[in-house]
Amino acid sequence: MATLYANNYFIVVIFLSLGVLLPVVALTFGRLLRPSNPTEEKRKTYESGVDPVGSSWVQFNVKYYIFALLFVIFDVETVFLYPWAVAYDSLGLFALVEMLIFITLLIIGLIYAWKKKVLEWN
Amino acid sequence: MGAYLEQSFGLQNSLVFILSAVVLLAIVLGFVTYSIYFQRKILGWMQLRIGPNRVGPFGLLQTVADVLKLLLKEDIIPKAADKPLFIIAPVIAFVPAFGVLAVMPFTDKLHFADVGVGLLYYIALSGITVLGVITGGWASNNKWALIGAMRSAAQMISYEIPLVMSVVGVILMTGSLNLIDIVEKQKEMGMWFFIPQFLGFIIFIIAQLAELSRTPFDLTEAESELISGYHVEYSGFRWAFFMLTEYVYIFAMASLTTVLFLGGWLPPIEYLSFIPGIIWFALKFVAIVFFIFWLQATFPRMRVDQLMQMGWKVLLPLSLVNILVTAVLKTVL
Repeated sequence: MATLYANNYFIVVIFLSLGVLLPVVALTFGRLLRPSNPTEEKRKTYESGVDPVGSSWVQFNVKYYIFALLFVIFDVETVFLYPWAVAYDSLGLFALVEMLIFITLLIIGLIYAWKKKVLEWN
Repeated sequence: MGAYLEQSFGLQNSLVFILSAVVLLAIVLGFVTYSIYFQRKILGWMQLRIGPNRVGPFGLLQTVADVLKLLLKEDIIPKAADKPLFIIAPVIAFVPAFGVLAVMPFTDKLHFADVGVGLLYYIALSGITVLGVITGGWASNNKWALIGAMRSAAQMISYEIPLVMSVVGVILMTGSLNLIDIVEKQKEMGMWFFIPQFLGFIIFIIAQLAELSRTPFDLTEAESELISGYHVEYSGFRWAFFMLTEYVYIFAMASLTTVLFLGGWLPPIEYLSFIPGIIWFALKFVAIVFFIFWLQATFPRMRVDQLMQMGWKVLLPLSLVNILVTAVLKTVL
């Protein structure tokens, strides 16, 4: 059992390292083939042919941050839903009621966000 | 593969694992090459054009030529960019795209890692790609790239929620996160999950199109307004890796849909079980890939406000309803 477990995760490690290796090897190999002739003009930031004004590392619309917050809340909810769904058979009615309460709480949060017009995109 | 997994860790089976992973990588790269070719061909035919037909017989070598060309292109890193992040971003995007395939079962014999938390692993890992996209967009120090990356991230995280919730119904019915168990359960029930989980299936398909940034959700690339989004500043092979990520995800998502909702390697009727499972898997897989390309020729692009509202106001409540209905039905029945 322990070997099976170890072997399975060994495969996962192989896949992840192949995922790193392919870009590294391809780009290193490509270095031998591709030209390298950087000029001032080439290395300029592209802005549809106009000289770029200022940096792009600016303060950004807060809207995106709110969506990210909502995402975290609901993603964590899903993390709770997964084990609940797996063990549902053995937990029975009690788990259903409990999860109903949990989901209701989150739905209230969603309705609040909805009413606050957070979900609008202008 | 199962037999090798049982063996204790040694030189022989680790070589087998590494070789088979390399073979899968080669197959995936082949798939990407020819899915791009067929995408262009199919779109061509649908728009009464011919599509690529110059390089090789029927244009079959077109993508190969494109890849070789990209390999020979100069690699330009803008002066204003954050160099280390700029270099690492395509790798961050690509690693999870290939990594998720580790748990994908193609048939009951032909699978790689048989992990108990397979589905969770897939979902968790695929979320990391957003990080690669946003790193790339930010590191470019380009306004188009930043807007594209932000949009991309907003879209991906918004649709990730319905995507991960729509599969809770499947988990409820199976009682396992293992992808092989999920297919076995469909065999046991004699019914593929897209029938009892129809709502979940629809939500999953819509959300996965948004995750893949395919039409009608291809706002992140919107050539006409954003040049091409988060990878404007990328050129040559670094750019190719972002593209590769996109197509490897099509491979992974089409496989996942097949496994979760279309019965994986199971034949549609028991009578046809003399045909090997891998063929059934391939048929369903190809049908989904074709469907994705077909949509591209059919649908216009959505507006960004419609997109976000559909994710949060329609798909999220619907997927919650789906979970509750499945859970209640399971208790009642």
